[in-house]
Amino acid sequence: MRVILFLMRKEFLQVFRDKATVFQIFFIPVVQLLVLSNAATFDIKRTSLAVVDEDRTTVSTGLTQRLEGGGRFRVVREQPTTAGVEFALLDREVSAVLRIPHGFEADLVRERHASLQLQVNAEEGASAGIILTAAQAVLADYTRELGMTMGAAGVVRGPVLTIATQGWFNPSRNYKHYMVPAILVSLTTIIGLLLTAQNIAREKELGTLDQLNVTPITKGQFITAKLLPFWLLSLMIFTIGLLIGKFVFGIPTRGSIPLVYLATAVYLVVALGIGLFISTFTNTQQQTMFVAFFVMLIYLLMSGLFTPVDSMPRWAQWAAEVNPVKHFAVILRAVLVKGAGWEVVARPILILAVGGVGILTLAVRKYSKQAH
Amino acid sequence: MDVAAPPAVDVRAFTRRFGDVTAVDSLTFDVRPGELFGFIGPDGAGKTTLFRTLVTLLVPDAGSVRVLGYDVVTDLWTLRSRVGYMPGRFSLYPDLSALENLRFFASVFGTSVEEGMSIIEPIWRQLAPFADRRAGALSGGMKQKLALCCALVHAPEILFLDEPTTGVDAVSRREFWDLLDRLRDGGLTIVVSTPYMDEASRCDRVALMQQGRILLVDTPAAIRAAYPRPLFAVQAPDRLGILAVLRRFPHAAAVWPFGDVLHYTDARAGMDDGAIIDEVRAFVQANGVPSPGISAIPAGIEDAFMWHMAAGTAGEQVG
Repeated sequence: MRVILFLMRKEFLQVFRDKATVFQIFFIPVVQLLVLSNAATFDIKRTSLAVVDEDRTTVSTGLTQRLEGGGRFRVVREQPTTAGVEFALLDREVSAVLRIPHGFEADLVRERHASLQLQVNAEEGASAGIILTAAQAVLADYTRELGMTMGAAGVVRGPVLTIATQGWFNPSRNYKHYMVPAILVSLTTIIGLLLTAQNIAREKELGTLDQLNVTPITKGQFITAKLLPFWLLSLMIFTIGLLIGKFVFGIPTRGSIPLVYLATAVYLVVALGIGLFISTFTNTQQQTMFVAFFVMLIYLLMSGLFTPVDSMPRWAQWAAEVNPVKHFAVILRAVLVKGAGWEVVARPILILAVGGVGILTLAVRKYSKQAH
Repeated sequence: MDVAAPPAVDVRAFTRRFGDVTAVDSLTFDVRPGELFGFIGPDGAGKTTLFRTLVTLLVPDAGSVRVLGYDVVTDLWTLRSRVGYMPGRFSLYPDLSALENLRFFASVFGTSVEEGMSIIEPIWRQLAPFADRRAGALSGGMKQKLALCCALVHAPEILFLDEPTTGVDAVSRREFWDLLDRLRDGGLTIVVSTPYMDEASRCDRVALMQQGRILLVDTPAAIRAAYPRPLFAVQAPDRLGILAVLRRFPHAAAVWPFGDVLHYTDARAGMDDGAIIDEVRAFVQANGVPSPGISAIPAGIEDAFMWHMAAGTAGEQVG
């Protein structure tokens, strides 16, 4: 239809003329992906640690050295008493305090057993857990080593069980393989949904929607012409993000790229449809912004992008089933990281397709009713 | 103007409500082909609701609304390509240039700027130097001319203008009405609404609207001539003082300030002007105000509207 082409030409003209929009579409996502992927990580690199060494023996200093030598801890305070360590925790000067009590070495030699105290700042539960695990690993290694050097009088009794773990699909447990697709999904969603909703709200605000409604343009033509440009732009943003993920962060692309694009194309219909639907009951860009952010925040946080859906309460798991972001995240991670094929992602893609048809029907109905 | 031809706009008992508010209340009127028809009324009179219904943006709750013989509900697709509409607010894309706006609206109507040029040429001529300027950066008068071009580029058979001159300077307003005159002379039917009384006299017929109803419809001359009571201009240095005194005069029907004079309407029809002037003067002096200059004047459109509006409001209060 020629009218659709005319309408689309107008949209592109407006998008590329408005520097703020161009900035929003091309610059912000790139910067966010680059910055967030590096910053938003649970990896514990150098945890600041205070060591209260009341024992001051070879074993206690050896432990301190071992902790620091592993590269995961940075001993920022080393002191003979507990004076001031509590404040250091409070002040976030240190994330953890290791207290080696007086007589630690002696107990170890005499009773083959000794106690340590590790205090961890658990404000952020997840990172506290990781610190704890890391510290325990160092301690376990050290204990085993001590057992060997002490010979028959070794501290470890009984058979030593070692668990060898191997992470599948992301063996190095590279956090970026998890985070980059998540940020990519978020950015694509935010930009696509927001651009669409804002664009129609703007036409309402300007009064140009009325002007368009008195022309012989049908609702179908109008909505097609509104969605198609932003669908294409969103696909472009996704592509830029994927290239950055691949070549800057080295995320794997094990599965079929056409399958990734098929899923993205379907998912974008849902995201843009939600934007369109929001714009049918808001009147200004500001209202649209508020509603869109509210909706997106819920969708993104409940999607399993950042916290696993499996650890959510039962109702939230059910809610996630109707959350398009969740399905898209599942597909993207499955295809990119695990190399899953059509048979694995067919179901979520189908769910997205049904959702897309549903939300578009709703939006078109609502829009038609309103605009007469 | 062909009185015998079927009406260009035919509205019968049209009612439109928004929740509990009746915006337009059982309106009946018609507009003849080739007529320049004006709606005058204060804000909230229902003018915009009426216009939005006439251009198929709203559906009537009751009654029938036909434009060019087509029903605005059932024949909207036929109608939309034949109607030109310029909403009250500037409604073009501020980030597109004047020419891009024009080209866009021509294209969505399935025509081109070149095809429409014969109609818009007199207006576009004034805009052409600014063709590449962004619409948002045009002056108020230029924006309005651009909007008119965009509403006309598809050669509509009827043009609806909702308060086209609100917020436009006096010179641009006069120029705009000159353009409308020229379009009407070319055979286009034009329906316009305005809150400015002085613009009413430039219409072929005007309708006075208040609270969703039409108080009267007639030619401006007939409306002026039909002023029902003797009218006088009262000139005095202390305008407010004399206004207060005159309103206490037992025979005063209406006293309104008009610029630097007062318009005084006597309640007694058929009485000699000279006798009224003498009585008024005596009353004013008895109330301690120096003798004003008083002269009988013919009623203007504004006097007529003020009169009918006051009567309409009074009727509302009684009924």
